[in-house]
Amino acid sequence: MVEPVLTLSHLKKSFGALKATDDVSLTLIPGEIHALIGPNGAGKSTLIGQIAGKIAPDSGTITFRGRDVTQLSTAQRARLGLGRSFQISSLIPEFSARRNVMLALQSRQGHPFRFLKPVQRDRGLIAGAQAILTRVGMEGRASVPSAELSHGERRLLEIAMALALEPACFLLDEPMAGMGTEGVGKLVSFLQDLKAQAPILLVEHDMDAVFALADRITVLVYGQIIASGSVEEIRHDPRVREAYLGDPA
Amino acid sequence: MPEKSREYAVNAVLALGLLLVPLWALWAGEPFTITLATRIAILALAGVGLNIALGLGGMVSFGHAAYFGIGAYVAGILAQHAFLNTPVLGLPGSNQMLTIWPVAMLISGVMATAIGALSLRTSGIFFIMITLAFAQMVFYFAISWPAYGGEDGLPIYVRNQFPGLNTMRPWDLFLVAFGVLMVGLAFSALLRGSRFGAALMAIRQNPERAAAVGINPYGVQLTAFAISGMITGLAGALMADLTRFTSPSMMAWPMSGELIVIIILGGTGRLFGPVAGAAILVGFEVTFGGMTEHWKLWLGLVLLGAVLFARGGLIGLIAGKERHG
Repeated sequence: MVEPVLTLSHLKKSFGALKATDDVSLTLIPGEIHALIGPNGAGKSTLIGQIAGKIAPDSGTITFRGRDVTQLSTAQRARLGLGRSFQISSLIPEFSARRNVMLALQSRQGHPFRFLKPVQRDRGLIAGAQAILTRVGMEGRASVPSAELSHGERRLLEIAMALALEPACFLLDEPMAGMGTEGVGKLVSFLQDLKAQAPILLVEHDMDAVFALADRITVLVYGQIIASGSVEEIRHDPRVREAYLGDPA
Repeated sequence: MPEKSREYAVNAVLALGLLLVPLWALWAGEPFTITLATRIAILALAGVGLNIALGLGGMVSFGHAAYFGIGAYVAGILAQHAFLNTPVLGLPGSNQMLTIWPVAMLISGVMATAIGALSLRTSGIFFIMITLAFAQMVFYFAISWPAYGGEDGLPIYVRNQFPGLNTMRPWDLFLVAFGVLMVGLAFSALLRGSRFGAALMAIRQNPERAAAVGINPYGVQLTAFAISGMITGLAGALMADLTRFTSPSMMAWPMSGELIVIIILGGTGRLFGPVAGAAILVGFEVTFGGMTEHWKLWLGLVLLGAVLFARGGLIGLIAGKERHG
């Protein structure tokens, strides 16, 4: 049995009477893409928020790299190696693409309390950022302010920033959202390679992409896991078809 | 980038102008002009401090008068004890600027850390109001402390001294203020180019993203707030020596507003913004203050114009938007 990188056990989170996360347990093991799917309002974002450290669960624990991180802040989890992308691109708008990646690199290389050394002359940092941008195919757009990038480029920059953390696990929140067919195709093959570097917990709406990529799929409905298994199992699970695909079998 | 080099040119003009105008005044025998230039330099330095919190970090402190005033009181109190030859908290007073400045920076830094630690738990309008409230508490503490003048303030009979200069001469004092301003600007320039500066600017724009790449927004902002208070405190110590008077009005809320006005007029977040802003403010005070006591009405109109039509202040108007390669 391989030791999971990330383990959620019995997570619960309510907002008033609404059970957004209702006793959710799941694992992410090295080398896999674990897809988390579910209809709108299923509680995927709340769950991601709890894993990333933005929302505190009411009960249950999150174990990351063998350590209970339930009480840690977002920044502490990121420094432990949790690399995330946001559902709606969340970048530093005035910074160029390169500086966005440099920001992610600098915090991995050490704490940010270096007051006097100019970043713009830090060759190692610049070269590191350029290499990561090249990996996602954005080397030609390095000096463009991120606010001026196209939607697809911003999605890629999100992933580049996660890559820069050299994370032990990727948390990708709808990376394909709003991308064209061609963009989705490229991203699918990119993620296929990426999972060798670190396992991916993938929240995604594009079912074709999910079925092409996922090693395991967990289906969330009204905050509860209704099914979890391989692509084939999920495809043929009658509860999933009914609840999620809206198709009474 | 042409915009970048245009900003360098504006900065050079401002720095040279601030040096050459009083030099001309020295030659022409106009000591009042030298004093005005000194005032600009000191207010600019206070603005350089506030600009780190407000401009780079997006922390709109409406209470920086507290640190300005604390710096001034440190200068006044140490000078009084040196003058009367009495101890303060068991230590001797001092009339040496090089002793007074570190003490002023230390105490304003400690206060900024304490106030910042509580205020940074809020944001937006609440942050503005809580920093104002803390500053007013410091102000009321000062006016109810009779040992150091209470509401009447604290005179400095003989200006504190700087090695090798006669600070009672306007030109000598100007050189001190100008020198400190240049050091402050150099520090500010280095800070904004550093990793810390990058983290601070990133947090202003998107704290959630900064946290997601491992930056602790609270720690970085609190550190910046403390540095900001220290620089403004240093400016306060200089101002007390310029006016030879430590007045409680230096820590009252209109002073906090004036510092924000300086930042906005000059260009929020721009390196030389506070220099431009302080020059505009003092220029207005001198030009229109002689004609009407309602000169602040005209300043208000200019401020309105800046906010509506020139968000980048004077520097932004000339050098365009700031770009971060």
